[in-house]
Formats: sequence, C-alpha cells, structure tokens
Amino acid sequence: MNSANDTPARNTKVMNRFDLTSRLIAKLKNEEAVIGGIGNTNFDLWAAGHRPQNFYMLGSMGLAFPIALGVALAQPNRRVFALEGDGSLLMQLGSLSTIATLAPKNLTMIVMDNGIYQITGAQPTPAAAVADIVAIAVASGLANSAWAADEEDFERLIEQSMSAAGPALIGVRIDDKPGVGTTRRDPVQIRERFMHGMGVREPL
Amino acid sequence: MAVAEEKTSPGTSEKSTSEKSTSGRSTSESSTSEKSWHGVVLQSLKRNDIRLVPYVPDRVLTTLIRNLHADPFFTTFPAAREEEAVGIVSGAWMAGMRGAVLMQTSGFATLANVLASLAVPYQIPLIMFVSERGTLGEFNYGQSLVCRTMRPVLDSLAMEHHTATRLDEFEFIVDRSIKQAIATQAPVALILSPLLTGGKVFDK
Repeated sequence: MNSANDTPARNTKVMNRFDLTSRLIAKLKNEEAVIGGIGNTNFDLWAAGHRPQNFYMLGSMGLAFPIALGVALAQPNRRVFALEGDGSLLMQLGSLSTIATLAPKNLTMIVMDNGIYQITGAQPTPAAAVADIVAIAVASGLANSAWAADEEDFERLIEQSMSAAGPALIGVRIDDKPGVGTTRRDPVQIRERFMHGMGVREPL
Repeated sequence: MAVAEEKTSPGTSEKSTSEKSTSGRSTSESSTSEKSWHGVVLQSLKRNDIRLVPYVPDRVLTTLIRNLHADPFFTTFPAAREEEAVGIVSGAWMAGMRGAVLMQTSGFATLANVLASLAVPYQIPLIMFVSERGTLGEFNYGQSLVCRTMRPVLDSLAMEHHTATRLDEFEFIVDRSIKQAIATQAPVALILSPLLTGGKVFDK
C-alpha cells in the first residue's frame, strides 16, 4: 500500500483524515455546505461534529463532487466543500472536467488519498502506485489544484480557496486509519436536515 | 396517470392523424408554431421552474438540447456519465434549484446503483427523460438487450415511469409527472418512445 506514498510526485506528509476534517470544520463560520463522500470520508465528517449543512452519502460511490457541484450551482453565494476518497474519485474522473467547464467559484474539493479501499480491507486502488490525482485534476482543467504539504499547508489552501476565482482542489495524503465515528444511516433525515441547513426548508 | 401509461400497445398511435406518419420517420424537427414533443418538454420544464438540465446526449434529443442551450432560462450542459448528472441535480434540488436529466436507454442502464442508494432512499424527486433505443426498429442487438433491462430496474424499485407514445397526451404526462415527483419527493422516468420521437433509424 505504501508504495503509493513513495512516488516523488507525492513528496508530502502523510496526514490523518479525521484530523484534517476537524481542521476544516473549525474554519467554517458562514454555514458552508460540506458534502461527505461514501464510507470513511463521511464517517469522519460526522465524527468531527454534525452540522445541518453537512450531507452524508450512504451509497452512490463517486458522487460527492457532482452533488457538491449541484449545491454550488443552486447557491452561488454559499461556499461548498466536498470531501472525497481517491478510490471514489476514480469512479467519476469525468466529473472533474464538468466542474472545470462550469467553473463555480464557490466550490472547494478535497481528495483524501490513501491509495487504498480502506473500508473493504485496505486493497490498493488501481491508481495507487502509478497515478497522481492532483495532476489528473490539473489535466482535467482544474488549474487551481495542489497537494497539501502538511496540516498548515492544508489550512492555508482551504483559506485560499475561499476567495479563489474558480473551483479549487486540494489533495491530501492520508494514513490507512478507518473513520473515527459512524454516520447515522437515516437517509431521509440526512437529506431533510441538510435542506434545513441550506435554508430551503422549514422544519415541520 | 394510469390511463396515460397504458398506451404502449402497437397501433394506438396510428389512429392519431395529427402527429406523424407511421413509418418511424419524425415529422416536426424544429420548434415552429406546430407543437412538437421537444417543445412540450421545454415548455413543461419552464412552467415547473426546472432550470438545471445536465444531459448525456442522444441523437433523438438533439433538437431539444439545442433549444435548451439557446434559452437563457436553462443551465444546461453535458455530463460525462448519467450518474454524474443524477448527482448534480440531486445536490441542486437539496439546495433549492430544480433539475432534470436527459439520457438514452443505455445511459439509464448505468444508473441502478445511484437510484437505489441516492434518489430513492433519500427521497429525491429525480426527473429523468430517457430517449428509448432498442425497440421498434432497432438495428443494434446490444441496444435492444439494454432496453429490456430498463423497465425491470424501474419496477424493482417501484419507481414511477411512463412511456410516452403520443403527442396529444404528452404534455399531460410530462406536466403531471413533474408535479407528482416534486409533491411526493419520488423519482420519475419519462421514456420517450420512437412512436413519439421517430427514434433513430437504420441509415443514420
């Protein structure tokens, strides 16, 4: 697995998903939307502290960025973050080009890259040893894409993305730890709470 | 609804004198003063404030897609996969913007996972227009097999779907189905039969 992390293109610190997610959440002061991809990605979003503006995917692997794009298009004045795993993103690489074409200013994408399908038994992804997710993003038209060198750099890139002129993508190398919490698997409530958080619904 | 749904048997549309010849050739290609199926789709989307229309193209949908692009009311663009388009309109709906997805039969066949893990369990009123390939003069065996998977998938999830064959009832089907999807927070598939659109024929 770790052969993935030894390639020169990824000369960055190996960080932790829960720690990075918590750092992101701590920065949010304006009811920013956060879309958490399938599995550990949204488990750690849940564990970092539930907010009504969080959306947790319980399936539909690969759709965190497309869902976030939809939110960003619907509410151009709200900042939208999307958290996705590297294995999930491999399922929808085409969405990077769609996002680059539409170029919403209010979308920040974060790729949690451990090179493995952690939740299914830590098997390496087909890309692990050979591909560079940030390079793929750049080649897909997302010019504002970068690896975070360490936690401080991650926070700096988050800040930077909030005033960027176009969509931003941040790649982070993470360890092979599972998620810290487990999202409550209640899709209707997740969706309804999120719609309250987005200000488009009132509670009953 | 039930009445409108059961008009799929051969011959029912041949009694209609207004819409087209019976040989499978489409008649009205442009949106002139004469009512066209694609004009009905566009106007029904507008009437129901459906602004976001991602698509994976199909020959039959060409005029509709062109007219959507030409109308500033709509945000319409190609997605790389139908799943991606479903994610985009799902996110947009949760943030207050209505959408619909255009695709072909073979594109629908890629959707079982996201219908079963996103649209249905989260109760998202996903509106799909599916141009029907694989029947009534299909020339590609693979397309005809793919087509046979569509209704069993829809039925297995107890999803609302209608096959539109006649122009005179098309507006009723489209408008009512959109309203029902939104009111009941349930997805709907509107299948555009070659009887309605002319389909794609051998020499194209």
